[in-house]
Amino acid sequence: MKLTGAQALIKSLEMEQVEVMFGLPGGAILPVYDPLIDSSIRHILVRHEQGAGHMASGYAHATGRPGVAMVTSGPAATNIVTPLCDAYMDSIPVVVITGQVAYSVIGTDAFQEADTVGITMPVTKHNWLISDAQDIPRVVREAFHVATTGRPGPVLIDLPKDVANAPMEWYWPEKVDMPGYKPNVKGHPRQIKDAAKLINEARRPVIYAGGGIMLANASNELRALAELTGLPAVTTLMGRGALPDEHPLCLGMPGMHGNFTAVTAMQKADLLITLGARFDDRVTGKVSTFAPDAKVIHVDIDPAELGKVRLADVPIVGDLRTVIDEMIKALKSERSKQDPPDLAPWLATIHDWQERYPLKYRQEEGGPLKPQFVIESLRDNTPDDCILVSGVGQHQMWASQLWKFKLPNTWVNSGGLGTMGYAVPAAVGAKVGRPDRMVWAIDGDGCFQMTAQELVTAASERIPVKIAILNNAYLGMVRQWQELFYEERYSEVYLSPDLPDYVKWAEAMGCVGMRVDTADDVVATIEKANEIDDRPVVIDFRTDWREKVYPMVAAGSSNDDIILGPEFGEGGR
Amino acid sequence: MTLAASPHHILTVTVENKPGVLSRVAGLFSRRAFNIVSLAVSPTDDERFSRMTIVVDAESAPLEQVVKQLNKLIPVIKITEVPPAEGVERELMLVIVKAAAETRGQVTELTAIFEAKIVDVGYDAMTIMVVGEPEKLDAFSDLVKPFGIVELQRTGRIALPKLARESTRLRSVKTARA
Repeated sequence: MKLTGAQALIKSLEMEQVEVMFGLPGGAILPVYDPLIDSSIRHILVRHEQGAGHMASGYAHATGRPGVAMVTSGPAATNIVTPLCDAYMDSIPVVVITGQVAYSVIGTDAFQEADTVGITMPVTKHNWLISDAQDIPRVVREAFHVATTGRPGPVLIDLPKDVANAPMEWYWPEKVDMPGYKPNVKGHPRQIKDAAKLINEARRPVIYAGGGIMLANASNELRALAELTGLPAVTTLMGRGALPDEHPLCLGMPGMHGNFTAVTAMQKADLLITLGARFDDRVTGKVSTFAPDAKVIHVDIDPAELGKVRLADVPIVGDLRTVIDEMIKALKSERSKQDPPDLAPWLATIHDWQERYPLKYRQEEGGPLKPQFVIESLRDNTPDDCILVSGVGQHQMWASQLWKFKLPNTWVNSGGLGTMGYAVPAAVGAKVGRPDRMVWAIDGDGCFQMTAQELVTAASERIPVKIAILNNAYLGMVRQWQELFYEERYSEVYLSPDLPDYVKWAEAMGCVGMRVDTADDVVATIEKANEIDDRPVVIDFRTDWREKVYPMVAAGSSNDDIILGPEFGEGGR
Repeated sequence: MTLAASPHHILTVTVENKPGVLSRVAGLFSRRAFNIVSLAVSPTDDERFSRMTIVVDAESAPLEQVVKQLNKLIPVIKITEVPPAEGVERELMLVIVKAAAETRGQVTELTAIFEAKIVDVGYDAMTIMVVGEPEKLDAFSDLVKPFGIVELQRTGRIALPKLARESTRLRSVKTARA
């Protein structure tokens, strides 16, 4: 069967079971947009290419399947670099297709030409420039394989316009043949046995669970491991929901803005069972003083993570689901030979911390609206399987701290790159992937202004996402740092609560816009928003600009020097 | 300390012979802040692959990280580390040395001592080719420096592991001779 390169591309995407893609056409990608008309694939027309990338990422977060975005060459390709980098840092499977100027004119600085493959090399797991239409099915097959296996990540296919127009003979490769790409999924049995032995000897063990749990679909296994011996677990910013927050062994989020118990349990641990996490600087604080007494078991599918920041006593390369399963078996056999130490004193210490140092804030009657109060109200008035999306900054930290995640893949945020403006497009992508779920985004006023135009996309495509703006009229996290570390010298952080008028803006974009100034109106407004299912909703919550995120470990400090905040009296401890 | 003598690791990396592979490898080194001392790329006997000999500054990064990160590049097929003590390293240098009539004799003499070769002669300069271990090249360039170096180019080293001496076949040969 003879096809054009463009037809072959669309057909290849169909073969990969792509149901939806996010994109925006332009000159170089024009040939591919023609056969798209006749395809079963739903295309969502974005307003900015960055939106397409984050939507693909939100889709992947919520569904576990690769998100697909397609844009044209040059400026469109450079606009999608941020989402690629974002997905790369958080290991999210995203496939981006970019148009390119004709192969015959590459290198001549043609109109809308950019070295897309060169630019995106450091922010993709791999990328391809196609020079022959005959390669298209093979490359698409390889691209999806690379994006979704091993440590997942974004990939990019750059398709020159003349290649898209060239004829090819259709085929579909049965299997992928990539000699340089063979992820190791099965953990080494001896290492697993050594790990079990360490766990069985530990007196103060802590499971350090990261986003890898979600990527490996291993939350059931994690729970089984924790429950087998009563191991307490922290869930990182990317790992929130890996173990339900209401589970008695779940300690919540560690790190710079983690709760006291999660941070301190890691500091005092004698064993860290690290599962799909990477000792990010936001978790460890000053590395040389991080968990000084802990031995480390580190399981990751990416061998390069082992020993990158912290040397592991037992490094294990493998798929978390398989490895944890094997670990449970090995642990059972270990326990049949030797009784483990009693963990009750350790768990009692942890419970004592939890009681003495909870997350605290005060919503005063008639006082300014506290952002934490909004988040807790939202948490308590949404279904258990609601997908929560956030931008980056104070609102993100409060959301991650206070939400009670009950299921994996219900938390969508930008962890590694910290991309402001992530929330709106990611929420749209999540809702497209899971139309059966309620999708709420908690956003900051600064973040919202970066990508709000994608609500036009949502309104026109009838994608009913709900956005809660915690409008404190500031770039709040930067303001917090200037207050604490720059002697309250505020530099370029004030945004104004009224400019823009978020309600009018929402309405102009085809959404329902509402405003809340007082605590009394919060729940009723949320309930009203929950009932709207035919268009997006934006609520402008006017929150207290003075509020800061606590606890906090100052950048570069040891986690031992955690600051609890003003609610805990003088100096916060 | 000269480059050749500073602590280094030698990696011979078999890569797919495709466009952009050098850029991927170089990009990885710069992004991860690993320092390259020298880099040589050449075809192999199999046209599908090329071989890169990368000399990495041992102080800029732990070797394990360099190898693991390199392994993640899809066009990288195989990485072999050649510890400096266990490898045969060679490098080639072309150097134009000032050699007017009165000093030409001394330069020629040095060339002979180093078993180097004069590959071009001009009115008051000569181009000399030196092949050998990187330390030998360092020594030669130090010695001709006083005469005046006009231009100098080195290929960067290539390396292969030393062969095992304990082969049973070779042992039997030795015994037979003895």
